[in-house]
Amino acid sequence: MAEFLQITLSGLATGSIYALAAIGFTLLWQASQTINFAQGEFVMLPAFFVLIGMHVLGLPLFVAMLFALLLSLILLGAMFKKLVIEPMLPHGTLPIVMATIALGILMKESVKEFYSAEAQPFPALVSDRTVDIFGASVSFQDIANLAISLLVVVALQFFLNGTRTGRCMQATAQNPGVAEILGVNIKRMVLYTFLINAALATVASFLISPIYLAKFSNGEPIGLVAFIAAIVGGFNQIRGALVGGLLIGVVDNLAASYVSAQYRAAVPLLLLIVIILVRPQGIMGKAEGRTV
Amino acid sequence: MAIEEINAGGGILGKQVELTQYDSQSDAQTSRAMVQKAIDDGAFALLGTVYSGSTIVNMLVAQQAGIPQMTGSEAPKITALGNPYIFRTSFGAQKSMPKIAAYLKDEMKVSKVAIAWVNSEFGKGGHDAFVAQMEEKGIEVVADVPSENAQADFASDVVKLKGSGAEAIFVYLTEEESARFLREAKKQGVSVPLVGETTLIGQKVIDLAGDASDGTLGHVSLTPDAPIPAVQEMAKKFEEKYKYRADHNAIKGYIGAYAIKYATELVGELDSQKVADKLHGLTLKAAEHPGVLMDITWDDTGEVSRESFLVGVEGGKQTVKATLPAN
Amino acid sequence: MPLRNLILLLLGIAALIAAPLGQGNYVIYVLCSWLIFSIAAMGLNLTLGYAGQVSLAQAAFMGIGAYTSALLTMAGWHWILAAPAAMALCFVIGLLLGYPALRVQHHFLAFVTLAFNTLVFLVLRNEEWLTGGSLGLVGIMRPSFLGFDTMPQIHFYYFTLVVFLIVAALFWGLVRSPWGRAFRALRENPIRANSLGVDIRRMTLLAFAIGSSLGGLAGALAAPLVQFIDPPAFSLVHSLKILLMVVVGGSGYFFGPILGAGLVIVMPEFLRFTEGYYLMIYAATVLVLMIFCPTGLIGLGKRIAGRFKGQRVRADLKQGAQL
Repeated sequence: MAEFLQITLSGLATGSIYALAAIGFTLLWQASQTINFAQGEFVMLPAFFVLIGMHVLGLPLFVAMLFALLLSLILLGAMFKKLVIEPMLPHGTLPIVMATIALGILMKESVKEFYSAEAQPFPALVSDRTVDIFGASVSFQDIANLAISLLVVVALQFFLNGTRTGRCMQATAQNPGVAEILGVNIKRMVLYTFLINAALATVASFLISPIYLAKFSNGEPIGLVAFIAAIVGGFNQIRGALVGGLLIGVVDNLAASYVSAQYRAAVPLLLLIVIILVRPQGIMGKAEGRTV
Repeated sequence: MAIEEINAGGGILGKQVELTQYDSQSDAQTSRAMVQKAIDDGAFALLGTVYSGSTIVNMLVAQQAGIPQMTGSEAPKITALGNPYIFRTSFGAQKSMPKIAAYLKDEMKVSKVAIAWVNSEFGKGGHDAFVAQMEEKGIEVVADVPSENAQADFASDVVKLKGSGAEAIFVYLTEEESARFLREAKKQGVSVPLVGETTLIGQKVIDLAGDASDGTLGHVSLTPDAPIPAVQEMAKKFEEKYKYRADHNAIKGYIGAYAIKYATELVGELDSQKVADKLHGLTLKAAEHPGVLMDITWDDTGEVSRESFLVGVEGGKQTVKATLPAN
Repeated sequence: MPLRNLILLLLGIAALIAAPLGQGNYVIYVLCSWLIFSIAAMGLNLTLGYAGQVSLAQAAFMGIGAYTSALLTMAGWHWILAAPAAMALCFVIGLLLGYPALRVQHHFLAFVTLAFNTLVFLVLRNEEWLTGGSLGLVGIMRPSFLGFDTMPQIHFYYFTLVVFLIVAALFWGLVRSPWGRAFRALRENPIRANSLGVDIRRMTLLAFAIGSSLGGLAGALAAPLVQFIDPPAFSLVHSLKILLMVVVGGSGYFFGPILGAGLVIVMPEFLRFTEGYYLMIYAATVLVLMIFCPTGLIGLGKRIAGRFKGQRVRADLKQGAQL
């Protein structure tokens, strides 16, 4: 029992970080039909902004984190939208997919060349002390990850449903044409979405890097899991991405323990295939009209 | 660095050595292409590659061209393929595992052991060699836990190992995974000794894992901290020149370059074939040939024998605990 | 017009025949892998450019083809039998994979193939009794045909070239057959094509399966070229690489993937002097190309030829480089 609890709690803590990346994914998809294949790199990069802030500019940790957040909002939010996505929107999804793949490679290689090819230790926000919960040791870090992720999701839901700007964003995502007629500034709403995605990726980066270390190649596995989590949970629902992220985190760990460690990576993928075949709109998603 | 020293000392047989580097990107297909290119460019001997998957591929090319190759790879398979042109600069896993096995049995008196290994070509070779040794020494393997390359969450791995009742855990993972594993092990309060190979107690892992790496043990064939003056001197010169600390791969490259120089001088002419023949069964004594740093012997397959070290981590520093004899 | 095209075609083939002459083994090796990846990319082009479906498993099909042909040839089969067997297997797997995926929704084939690619990787790595596990298969023999031994690099090149030309000719015929025209109709206006009696799903499924079997053929050629196969060579990254070849070259154009494969395989050679920066330059180039010309290089060429305005693009490149 303690074993099961240990595995599940660890899975939830890991899954909550996946969820943050997956939510960003979902938001971008809704706002601009962008499948961002560089999402993993978006999570990898802010950690290096912090390291640059600390080790190159000599800033204290919290200032460096603010610096990283600001830089992410500018580069991964505004510039990404303005320079990469916007010119390509008329051409459909595929060129965007290709461009984000290329962007991912560019970010990864830049970190490797200009910072370091080796993994870097990253300062933890909370102490690595552990508490004992029914025989399972859980670190404060795990608890903090879970709490921060949930908080972010709740705040985001509140913002989207409870504020005027949030509702305008949702209207833009659902039907840009009608939203525009109703006087919504679509471009600004889409920009907000990209900024929120950059902020989510930054938070995910701060949470994930103390545990996984900061490394240029981290983006690939994170991006893939976020992608799977978003589809499994439901590509058109924020709650779906949260559920998907947590589910993948737990399922991955349970599979390693009770199915086969060699095939642990296969279980989330099989889950993905089954979901697509049985419930293509995702666990929490609403059915969308057929695209053909 | 070795090449510069050799050239400063008059080169090999009076000829200056030119070093051309090719980036194999740790990708088997690229490395094969690069080795082909090196041979097309008229290489006399090859140094590298460290990544075993690449070496297995590119050594075929070197074999066809009849050019001796000094590899830093540790996969057992490499010297088992009967390629007469491949030579190691450090042990294959089938040479290092018996040393670890003997240490586990004789020094630590362990009868039950668990293994955590990364399921890649790197981890697989080490895992298989280790399991074979455990059988030979009569030590029971109570848990055998493979993990993915770049795996993030080691919770379930550690749970399994912890619950297995092992008296020691053998850890065969790459650098970042070792660090993540050690942290998870500390979190879950694993109390049995963690034993590994070169990677586990490397400085990089110590930096990444912080105090979670205290108390780990590892076997290394080469370390800049070895209690051997020649090695320490080389490490010092390296650090002065490149401003970072020499790791085992740097020392491998250094020894490899010198080994080719000495073997060529023993042959007396620049003939790739004869140098390869000469290296088989050759013993180079550090007293006469200082560039190899420690006494070294190659057997008929290109496998190497040499003394090695057991290193422990204390307070974030490597300390050499024992010198293990050549086998 | 047709006469001019014929002359151009013959010149192209002559250039391919002359290309390896007087070159070192390394250059010939690069040329071989260009031809092989061209075949894989042509297969994907059928799925993507003609049927409009994204497949992210082309490398997995190369893997299935490579392992099948390697295991069969190592068991004593001749390559000429092993390669079609590998292709047939890929075709069947393509049908099995595509059928349920295409039933659901338009872009879901991409997701299913993405998962499939990693599943194939795991099976190749874990089923050691069959595939040699993570250490791979070593010692794959190169075939010989009626005394023509492909062991020397240049012989292997001509062998690859013959296979490539046969595939290209068949592909050309396929695209121009009534069947191929149905594909075009499908891509340009699926709803109208449907109402004209084209069974969308069956056509798409067949395109995907044929595209996959070409991936298998490319794998069956890659195995004897490298003489070693291991699972990482067929991971998801390589599927993305092949996808990049098709899109960069120009999806939906006959010569697009061939050009794209040439660029992806050969460009590193020209950029070698840039050392570690080449991947960055490459990625930046693709990014800029996608932003300003999503139809790929062939589309770009057509646009420049059409408008005769090269100047504007240069300024764009500068702006893009600041990203």
